[in-house]
Amino acid sequence: MLKAVILIGGPQKGTRFRPLSLDTPKPLFPIAGVPLIQHHIKACTKLKNCKEILIIGSYTTNVMSQFISDMQKEFHVILRYLQEFSPLGTGGSLYHFRDQIRAGSPSAFFLLNGDVCADFPLEELWKFHAEKQNALVTIMGTEATRQQSVHYGCMVCEPSTKAVNHYVEKPNSYVSTLINCGVYVCSLQVFHTMAETFVKKQNGFYSSNGHGVDPGYMSWEQDVLTPLAGTGKLYAMQVTSWWSQVKTAGSAIYANRHYLELQSSPPATTKCQILPDVFIHPSASVDSTAVIGPNVSIGAGVIIKGGVRIKESIVLNNAIINEHALVMHSVVGQDASVGEWSRVEGTPTDPDPNKPFAKMDNMPLFSTEGRLNPSITILGAGVVVPAEKILLNSIVLPHKHLGRSFKHEIIL
Amino acid sequence: MCGSDKKLGQLRAVILVGGYGTRLRPLTLSRPKPLVEFANKPILMHQIEALVDAGVTQVILAVSYRAEDMEKELTEQVSKLGISLTFSHETEPLGTAGPLALARKLLDSSTEPFFVLNSDVICDFPFKELAKYHRQHGKEGTIVVTKVEEPSKYGVVVYKEDGQIESFVEKPQEFISNKINAGMCLYLTSLRQKNSNKLYDGAGVVGNVLIDPTAIIGKGCRIGPNVTIGPDVVIEDGACIKRSTILRGACVRQHAWLDGCIVGWRSVVGRWVRMENCTVLGEDVIVKDELYINGGQVLPHKSIALSVPEPQIIM
Repeated sequence: MLKAVILIGGPQKGTRFRPLSLDTPKPLFPIAGVPLIQHHIKACTKLKNCKEILIIGSYTTNVMSQFISDMQKEFHVILRYLQEFSPLGTGGSLYHFRDQIRAGSPSAFFLLNGDVCADFPLEELWKFHAEKQNALVTIMGTEATRQQSVHYGCMVCEPSTKAVNHYVEKPNSYVSTLINCGVYVCSLQVFHTMAETFVKKQNGFYSSNGHGVDPGYMSWEQDVLTPLAGTGKLYAMQVTSWWSQVKTAGSAIYANRHYLELQSSPPATTKCQILPDVFIHPSASVDSTAVIGPNVSIGAGVIIKGGVRIKESIVLNNAIINEHALVMHSVVGQDASVGEWSRVEGTPTDPDPNKPFAKMDNMPLFSTEGRLNPSITILGAGVVVPAEKILLNSIVLPHKHLGRSFKHEIIL
Repeated sequence: MCGSDKKLGQLRAVILVGGYGTRLRPLTLSRPKPLVEFANKPILMHQIEALVDAGVTQVILAVSYRAEDMEKELTEQVSKLGISLTFSHETEPLGTAGPLALARKLLDSSTEPFFVLNSDVICDFPFKELAKYHRQHGKEGTIVVTKVEEPSKYGVVVYKEDGQIESFVEKPQEFISNKINAGMCLYLTSLRQKNSNKLYDGAGVVGNVLIDPTAIIGKGCRIGPNVTIGPDVVIEDGACIKRSTILRGACVRQHAWLDGCIVGWRSVVGRWVRMENCTVLGEDVIVKDELYINGGQVLPHKSIALSVPEPQIIM
């Protein structure tokens, strides 16, 4: 028997995903028509042996309950949400819920970060892990550029055995181009290692008279993976399939494109012109003269009127796009509306297609000169864009009614 | 208006054409300025028609560059009006009075007074009143002046109550008068109410709109105010055009949105394109689908495949 654990963090996390995460918790933000972590759940349910999926985070249960019950209905799997009440770090929360994970004695469990997107090769990962004796943790790894690798967990591998000899989380200088994807298989014995670390932390806490960090706090990467490197118990399986983090709103559009491609979406039932890949929710109403795609997801209850053009964008539930409007490289929030002949345009922030293994550059909002970096355009929930206006590389916070055109601005 | 005789018989007019019209580029790279259409008609034809109305029977054009084009086209158009058109050639630029001196031989044939006007002036030409006024005072010449808000940009005329001119001050630093030599004002797209009998009045039209009968307008468009659409233009379904001029043979494709633009002869504006802020497309320019052009001045025969988010000249 196998289990899976998905770590989704909480409302204090994922701030770079604002303003999209102001309305919807980031793990539930729809990518290719379904919540971000539904892709994780789907990948887990493809494994016959995977009997239970545990989602750990600090969102309140009422935020998650609808989603959890939807998933239980859709996938017929044991699915539970475990809420952590104090910030214990990635390792700390895992250790906190160790009994829940160990229950039923699974042979191993998958550990998935909620903010990554991939064609999760869980079957291969499990096979790889099972073949290695003594392996406590197997990390899914991928190649990055030398320059970008330092933003991730970097690993140095023994070429023949694939044992990880060295692990550094976000190093200051270059270590290796093999990076941690945030997808793992762990044997239950990993909790023994964690227990030792936990005890050390407790001792440190009391010997410093209660100063220092919460004794329950444990970073999975720094407090577990780094010490495991070089012990022959940590392995890395390198994959070449698509993988990306979802940190900024711009990465949502990039992830949307790849998930649409992967899931080979069912043929849309609308009569309008579609340039694949496109997801249109069955309850959306799309005029036959609209042209949609590539890389567009349209949510439930959305209304797309005549002569509208949408590409490289995500349109969330119940938004309205009026006649002749153009939406590209943008996210249109729930219940937002775009006036006729208006233009909502952003700048794509996709990885450099000319560099092998390039990842998303999760650029800060502002450049060092203090100027807003070009990014996708985001309309928060309930935003109203009047007719015949242009909105270029701008971010509009929820419920704002715009009166004019905006370029390169954050509209509070 | 200059002259030496009080009698008015056969009226003549000299139109000073000269100048390369560089400020009207990129349009004047394809056509001399007097032939660029305003409200679907070259300025020169607006002027000649007004002169004919006032009884002028001979028009002398003092021309310099690209004279062949103009002669051919104008002779063709003027022949319908039943007047004679004479070309006085300028082999090198002689300033503004030079061409008049060159045309002197032609003017000497008669002692009648004659009108003189710059080729780039457009207004509700008051030629009849001008002739009457000139005859009343009986002096050498009469200049038409107009009132402007910012006289410092123009040649100001200072005159007495009876109309006698005291002095000319070119671009005054301090206010002397708000009357200027009515030679330079030029409005690209504003249409005069005078043309209202020709204004288009179909569905989706807002305000003053002039559409040549040979133009084709698609369904669901919104056109106007202050829009001129030339002959053989095609406006496809769902386009929105405001305060713009679309010259002969151009095409504005579906769902495009234009405000304050000039689309040059035979240019094509792609689907879902947004153009604004004094964008001028020269002759035969192609703007690809879904682009945004903000204040772009595009030279002839260019194909634009990338948005122009800030005002820029595209060579």
